[in-house]
Amino acid sequence: MAKILSIQNLKKSYSSGSKELTVLEDISFDIEENETFAIVGPSGSGKTTLLGLCAGLDQPDSGSIELCGTMINELNEDQRAVLRNQKVGFVFQDFQLIPTLTALENVAVPLELRGDKNATQAGKELLGKVGLGERYDHYPSQLSGGEQQRVALARAFSNKPEILFADEPTGNLDEETGKKVVDLLIELNKESGTTLVIVTHDMELARKTQRILRLKGGRVMETLSV
Amino acid sequence: MLDSQKNITGKAGFNWLLKMAIRDGKASSRKLVLFMASIVLGIAAVVSIQSFSNNLKENIALQSKSLMGADYIIDSDKEPNERVSFLMDSLGGPEAKEISFASMAAFTGKEGTKLVNVRGIQGKFPFYGELETVPAKAAKEYQEKGNALLDATVMLQLGIKPGDSIKIGNMIIPVGGSLKSVPGSAAIFSSIAPPVIIPHRFIEETGLVQVGSRIRYKWYFLADPKLDLEKFDKQIDPILDANEADLDTHTSTSERLGRRYENFGKFLNLVAFIALLLGCVGIASAIHIYIKEKLKSIAVLKCLGATKKQTFSIYLIQIAIIGLIGGIMGTFLGLLLQQLFPLILQDILPVNVEISFDIKVIFMGILLGILMSVLFALYPLIGTLYVSPLETLRVQSSERSNSRRAGLLVLAGIFLFIFLFAFWLLEDWKYSIFFVLGIIITFSLLAGVANLFMKAIRKYFPSGWGFIPRQSLLNLFRPQNQTLILVLAIGIGTFLISTLYFTKDLLLAQASLEAQAESPNMILLDVQTDQQLEVAETINSKDLPILENIPIVSMRVESIKGIAVDEIREDTTSNVNGWVLDHEFRTTYRDSLISSEVLAQGEFTGQNPGNETIPISISDNFAEDAKVGVGDKVSFNVQGVLLDTEVGSIRTVDWSRMQLNFSIVFPTGVLEEAPQFRVLTTKVPDESKSADLQQSLVDNFPNITIIDLRQVLTLIEKILTKISWLINFMAFFSILTGIIVLIGAVRTSKYQRIKESVLLRTLGAKSEQILKILALEYFYLGILGALSGILLSLISSQLLGYFVFETTFIPSWIPFLVLLPGIILLVMAIGLGNSLSVIKSPPLVVLRKELR
Repeated sequence: MAKILSIQNLKKSYSSGSKELTVLEDISFDIEENETFAIVGPSGSGKTTLLGLCAGLDQPDSGSIELCGTMINELNEDQRAVLRNQKVGFVFQDFQLIPTLTALENVAVPLELRGDKNATQAGKELLGKVGLGERYDHYPSQLSGGEQQRVALARAFSNKPEILFADEPTGNLDEETGKKVVDLLIELNKESGTTLVIVTHDMELARKTQRILRLKGGRVMETLSV
Repeated sequence: MLDSQKNITGKAGFNWLLKMAIRDGKASSRKLVLFMASIVLGIAAVVSIQSFSNNLKENIALQSKSLMGADYIIDSDKEPNERVSFLMDSLGGPEAKEISFASMAAFTGKEGTKLVNVRGIQGKFPFYGELETVPAKAAKEYQEKGNALLDATVMLQLGIKPGDSIKIGNMIIPVGGSLKSVPGSAAIFSSIAPPVIIPHRFIEETGLVQVGSRIRYKWYFLADPKLDLEKFDKQIDPILDANEADLDTHTSTSERLGRRYENFGKFLNLVAFIALLLGCVGIASAIHIYIKEKLKSIAVLKCLGATKKQTFSIYLIQIAIIGLIGGIMGTFLGLLLQQLFPLILQDILPVNVEISFDIKVIFMGILLGILMSVLFALYPLIGTLYVSPLETLRVQSSERSNSRRAGLLVLAGIFLFIFLFAFWLLEDWKYSIFFVLGIIITFSLLAGVANLFMKAIRKYFPSGWGFIPRQSLLNLFRPQNQTLILVLAIGIGTFLISTLYFTKDLLLAQASLEAQAESPNMILLDVQTDQQLEVAETINSKDLPILENIPIVSMRVESIKGIAVDEIREDTTSNVNGWVLDHEFRTTYRDSLISSEVLAQGEFTGQNPGNETIPISISDNFAEDAKVGVGDKVSFNVQGVLLDTEVGSIRTVDWSRMQLNFSIVFPTGVLEEAPQFRVLTTKVPDESKSADLQQSLVDNFPNITIIDLRQVLTLIEKILTKISWLINFMAFFSILTGIIVLIGAVRTSKYQRIKESVLLRTLGAKSEQILKILALEYFYLGILGALSGILLSLISSQLLGYFVFETTFIPSWIPFLVLLPGIILLVMAIGLGNSLSVIKSPPLVVLRKELR
């Protein structure tokens, strides 16, 4: 199968006061199309930073990232934005819905951004799929945490992404709601055949993926096939 | 690379940006209230003032002919000499003529007398506008029937009816009707000496036209419509000036009338300027916090594929739309407000102001709304360009700092905007530059004060203090403190409001009159030298004192520093003010200064030492206008006799005192024998004594003019009440905007403070402790900002007083006693109000709710 994400010798550091703090070092791995993949590790191990780099939200200090056939570290911010809009979906720990847009508008934004005239219709269908068809005109503040994350899932799949990055998708939810959201995520993922990359410290969730990459101190400790 | 995506980027075009801007704006409408209010109030003040000023100017210009009643007038306080008569003949001769003077009038069968302005008219004056009388036919018939037309208010006050008789001097004629309006007189001015119009032929019969009487002659002319009156004025006026006459065209009269309202207009423009600036500060602080709240959404949008330009444009469009709506609402409110002005000011204005909607002002109001919003929002908006999508992943990007160049450009744009706006209002680029410089300096000083304060606390930190005061002081200088931004916003707000207050005070004080216990309240003018003893006896016989007996000698300037006035007039390079050359000065002689005078330069000479030149004392404004100083020679013409004088001293004169003040004062021993008349003053205790004295004086000395200051004072108070009402009303607008600025500014610090308070709460702090820490912190900020603002406004008001309003500024304590504590309390109230949710709810709930 073809590689959808290829990471080679990635290094990322931040300056903390006068010191340089290396967050990630010598990271290399590949993810193939349609694969489900989990990045696990303790707090501060660099999971989220790695996800941000993979998804083109940030630039590495060195190393290369090839996402969907494009070397994203050679693109500028706006070019990466276009790539994200076309090929990438996101699910965040704290949902990251735009508070001033309704559920439907939130889901439709990625489609509207690419000029899709059926954005509203497609958004409604997706909301129906996540069980919120009736609440399309609610603002995020009028929805529970679980409902918000379902809207976020609908939004993440709205642009039919080739790869979906989920950052601690159940981190802000209680166990039961978290479980439901994970089931929905996996179901939608199967249905759309999207590559899924999950960052989590929840091993139970990680085990639902095909491969697990374990980070510690900014380095890859091991890669396991489940 | 990415070629396939290029066409997609362009697809979410302007329509989508507009849709997003509206969606987001609708959901944020509550948060935009402050922003909107700042625009609406600022624009409303500007539009109402500008629109009213334009309407007033237009109306004066439109009605200029009916203001004068003719195309032009030649007037003089002397009968025309040969040259003037010849000139008038060559101009086709006057269409009408008038002799006017002030006199006391009595009414048969009625008690009491009244100071009136007698106008003896020959010809069909007015040629424009009309004499409005009741009955209307009275105006047409008075010449033929030999009637008097008497001011309507006097008729009402004294219960006079048409057919009753009026006695002026030795003449008695019937009153034909009541006079409601005469071209050129504002109601308020005719209240002091109400007009009585009589046929010219009766003037001689009054017996009041004598040597020493103050008579005004006017000749009314009609001009060829094609005549360029400005050019004509320039040609004819110098000839008339040289012959002690003057030309007034209807255009110059309207200009002069416009100027009479100049200071009032300047103040209103200042109100507009300040209201708009406050609006701008309000916008800046409201947008600052608004955009801060949007950064997360912007990061999400970028994460979902929106470009920098798209996210920037969404909020730019949104702000422009709010600016447009605010501009329209503000303009509408302004236009409504200006309807009030003529109602409040109708007695004071010389014309009936027809309010019309000035398209230019409406357009400017709306444009200003958009411009001020966009410009003052640009700096925080630029920040959106640097928001990283990474912020969605809880990772705070370390590199989000606005471009320095972009920031400087925005700042330059803001100052250019302020300059252009000031220029639009003031039409003077020098003033406008000073205004902008003033604002820059104020900002810099306030920023300096805030920084110094922070450094000082850090250096001299009182480590021995208890937890609460220590914690509140710490808040002022630790990382992410809000000291600078709050001191700037509170300081600039207070500075503007307090400047407005001081200026208002300054203007009102300029015109206000305090009832001075020892001051005279009745002035007797035109007392001939041979009458003074008898008049004094009459006054004394009523048990009233003679407070002053002032000799008045009329004279004109003949030469200044040895150069004849004619030569000075012709010298185009001379900067001697024209009035000095043409004015007939009423001078006096005495041996000492009086209470309204302070010696500024030189030495006051009380007794003429008998040298060749006479040492005189001049007022500072005369010195400035005549360009003379101590030691300079000035010669005067006293009815043909030349007097050589030397400026011995210069006095500062408080002209606003209700007291007889003089530009030129001679020492005793020079003018005693010159033709002169006297002014006597007395103080009458009540209405009946006043009426009694006036009656005796009118009976025995009909040529004497009596001014009952008690009436004038009431009248002036009435005018002042109206003006101050309007000024207060407009100032209130600015103050309202200022409060909005404060709310906006204090809200800016809300999130920072909530986080800290919740942390303290979590660590076990009691409500009382948190409230005390916050209250103290806002107290420090309030006092620092407000005090700096007020102190700076003292300087600005001093400068405004000197350069713009040309008056001396004496600061009042009100801003210190009212504004300072008021603003501190307001800052504390808003600050604590913001934090009440922290006190009332559990920490986690607050964090979820407020910081989501």
